[in-house]
Amino acid sequence: MHIMEGFLPVTHAIGWSAASAPFVAYGLYTINKRIREKPEQRMLLGVAAAFTFVLSALKLPSVTGSCSHPTGTGLGAILFGPAAMAPIGLVVLLFQAILLAHGGLTTLGANIFSMAVVGPFAAAAIYRLAKAAKLPFGPSIFLAASLADLLTYITTSAQLAFAFPDPAGGFAASFAKFATVFAITQIPLAISEGLLTVVVMNALARFNAPELQDMNVTTVLEVKI
Amino acid sequence: MKRYQNLLMLIAVVVLVALPLWMVKKPAPGADGKEIPVFAGADDKAKELVGVISPDYKPWFKPLMEPPSGEIGSLLFALQAALGAGFIGYWYGCSTTRAKQKQALQKEARC
Repeated sequence: MHIMEGFLPVTHAIGWSAASAPFVAYGLYTINKRIREKPEQRMLLGVAAAFTFVLSALKLPSVTGSCSHPTGTGLGAILFGPAAMAPIGLVVLLFQAILLAHGGLTTLGANIFSMAVVGPFAAAAIYRLAKAAKLPFGPSIFLAASLADLLTYITTSAQLAFAFPDPAGGFAASFAKFATVFAITQIPLAISEGLLTVVVMNALARFNAPELQDMNVTTVLEVKI
Repeated sequence: MKRYQNLLMLIAVVVLVALPLWMVKKPAPGADGKEIPVFAGADDKAKELVGVISPDYKPWFKPLMEPPSGEIGSLLFALQAALGAGFIGYWYGCSTTRAKQKQALQKEARC
């Protein structure tokens, strides 16, 4: 989902940066507030950030014959709320943009928006919906994490299509092309991300049950099973 | 049951990653005799696609620093993954130890 350095027109680069900045700022505020009120959750915040570090470093092969990577933002979004992932995404993307020439500074805003704003908000919303629909814990987490991963890549496709509409078919044709590169490749990876998120969430439910209840992630009943 | 479930999920992830390696065949070299890379990054493919859709577009900013070789790039990605995995391992170790000690204390209290 990394849009490469310089591959967004100036106006788009500025626009996406402006769109992402408030989320990062609000995310920092919510993280600070949460850690001040509940210092015992600091460890879990570390786990959420670490999970994003690992997953976004793993470039996995896909059935389309290209490689891509999961994002790992679903876990933290479910635990700490979607806004908290924006600053974490910023750290990961900045690391890759500066040291690895993967992504870029000019495209940082757009990349934050897809990976650390759209993905996490989708994850949190889908998890809530799944819980409201009385789906069991595991499947709810799986759906939230994998669909968030997929939506991140669909957002990137839309961002690129918006910047580079097809001369003949316009936005729609261009979106279809970018989506074949990104979204189709991402389907097996999204499933992997969903499964890995459930594995970590199971461990969290086992060892950090009180915190998870405090965060409204699980109810007492689910944890006892 | 839970542990069994986690193991199955981890196996599924390994299968999902390994399957494409086995399914996707290396494409034959193109007409000009150049090798077509297999399992290239999707990000790079998107970059090429930008060139196809708007051939006139010129990237207006270059990365400040590029890893001098693919190996150095892998090193940095491995470092990123190691940092994350290291922390998760630390948390897991702390958690299992704490759970064990708690159990031991409860047993003692019962005696």
